[in-house]
Amino acid sequence: MSTFVTPRAVDTAIAPPKASRRRRPGGSWWAWLVFIIGATYFIVPLVATLEFSLRPNPPTFAYENVLTDRRFYASLIYSFVIGLITIVLSLALIVPTAYWVRLRLPRLRPIVEFVTLLPFVLPPIVLAYGMIRFYSRQPLVLTGTEVGSDFLLVAAYVVLSLPYMYRAVDNGLAAMDVRVLTEAAQSMGAGWFRILWSVIFPNLRTAALSGAFLTLAIVVGEFTIASALARDAFGPYLSLLGKDKIYEPAAVALISFGLTWLAMISLALVARGSRTRVQMGMPR
Amino acid sequence: MTTLEASPTVAAPPIRPPRTRSVWAWLGVVPFFLFAILFIGFPAMFLVFGSLYVEETKSIGLENYAGLTGPCCAIAFRNSIVLSVSTAVVGSVFGLLLAMAIILGGLPGPLRSGLTTFSGVASNFAGIPLALAFIFTLGSLGLVTKLLQDLFGFSLRDSGFSLYTLLGLGIVYLYFQFPLMVLVIAPAVEGLRREWREAALNLGATPRQYWRAVALPILAPSILGAGILLFGNAFGAQATAYQLSGGTIQLATLVITAQMSGDVLFNPGLGYAVAMGMVLIMGACIAAYSVLQRRAERWRR
Repeated sequence: MSTFVTPRAVDTAIAPPKASRRRRPGGSWWAWLVFIIGATYFIVPLVATLEFSLRPNPPTFAYENVLTDRRFYASLIYSFVIGLITIVLSLALIVPTAYWVRLRLPRLRPIVEFVTLLPFVLPPIVLAYGMIRFYSRQPLVLTGTEVGSDFLLVAAYVVLSLPYMYRAVDNGLAAMDVRVLTEAAQSMGAGWFRILWSVIFPNLRTAALSGAFLTLAIVVGEFTIASALARDAFGPYLSLLGKDKIYEPAAVALISFGLTWLAMISLALVARGSRTRVQMGMPR
Repeated sequence: MTTLEASPTVAAPPIRPPRTRSVWAWLGVVPFFLFAILFIGFPAMFLVFGSLYVEETKSIGLENYAGLTGPCCAIAFRNSIVLSVSTAVVGSVFGLLLAMAIILGGLPGPLRSGLTTFSGVASNFAGIPLALAFIFTLGSLGLVTKLLQDLFGFSLRDSGFSLYTLLGLGIVYLYFQFPLMVLVIAPAVEGLRREWREAALNLGATPRQYWRAVALPILAPSILGAGILLFGNAFGAQATAYQLSGGTIQLATLVITAQMSGDVLFNPGLGYAVAMGMVLIMGACIAAYSVLQRRAERWRR
């Protein structure tokens, strides 16, 4: 590899100093202009939210109220647990499927890909509507009980996670030689479960983690489906707070932003050095 | 790490598992498809049949769809489309500029990576917290409203602007539209090779001609595809609008919300028809997006 020099490296090596006129180290003025406009638009609402949350006297009033509110913790923990269950189920569903399709049923690939893209066609509100209507009558009544509703919520979130999870896992599988790994494991006497658990899955750690953090960012704070199913999740809690209180919502909105930030930073750290791209968000 | 490496003796024919071309191979994908049928297929089918079933006549017909042109839904769909198209166009243009500024504008490295991560966060920062953040910014007690009043004596309210209109909602939606555009278009802008620019300039083109005749045509399918994605992103959004509008703005997603909670004239058939209308529009978007994506791939290797 050491003999291979990229054209870009050659350029910078032989380019006369005059060429740097176009790419000054500081960047060109239009780039700065666009960047400053964009950054202002991004940052002002956050600053405004912070300022608003600090308006009462004493400034920590809103935060104290929120951090002593039992429902704040209850809803946050509820959403977090639902998110974790979603991630585990989603992985359990997708890893074996993507693996099996790559190994044995490549013809099925377009169909599986199509199914994983369906959540983009069904907006969350439509998905929730269809699910609630279908599972609130015979033969399967799930909306009647708490557990049934929780189950439906997890199922809906697994559906939402399909596009991200499948792409992350499939990219991860593409980066290894699935067939050779499988044959090697088989020749050492491993069964299917053992192959998936000790050979394929460890190699997918990065992909699985990035899919997981993205799912967490989407699920914690999700409002549409949770509120349609009347779950006491973080999203509906914040929505209600926004209608009942003045300063507390600002504090919780900032905390919520911090959580999304945390999930995305973890994602960036995990994905660093791998080829997995940060995927886009979902309509909400 | 239980990573197994390929042995160098790959020349030998691979030891395939016994060729069972039987149903057993299909058994591996049963859980996935079972799940998809249960939680995507059945609810979707239910919407299809529900939208075609007419309650009054107890028969199959298109009457529910005819209701879409009625008072509730025509405006809602129009508003949804206007909102989504305008935020998609503005978001695409500015998102593209921002991506170009980051990638081609020579901004310092830390700013670049910071903005990329921030785009990931902001495109996922939608829904209730986003709506609240803008209420604290441009609402009647918001920081910007207050600053405009205190510093310039400019009253946002008297100027006719309100956050609780289609325009206000559009400004809020852009908060997740720009960053999504940056994320989606960045790979395409990165894919513009330096050699193309140099070849064009060597042949005597001006930088402007290079953009018009080379770079933009190459980027066009990606830009259009990303724009369509942004349209779908805004079209399916519900939570932000729900929190902001409080029922004053009619949107397709909010009509379904109202149908679901049953606090307006309850007509499930119409609700199914609205849902199906959304599905058809989203389906067309995704189809167009995947076609354009395939065209854009040609230039990337």
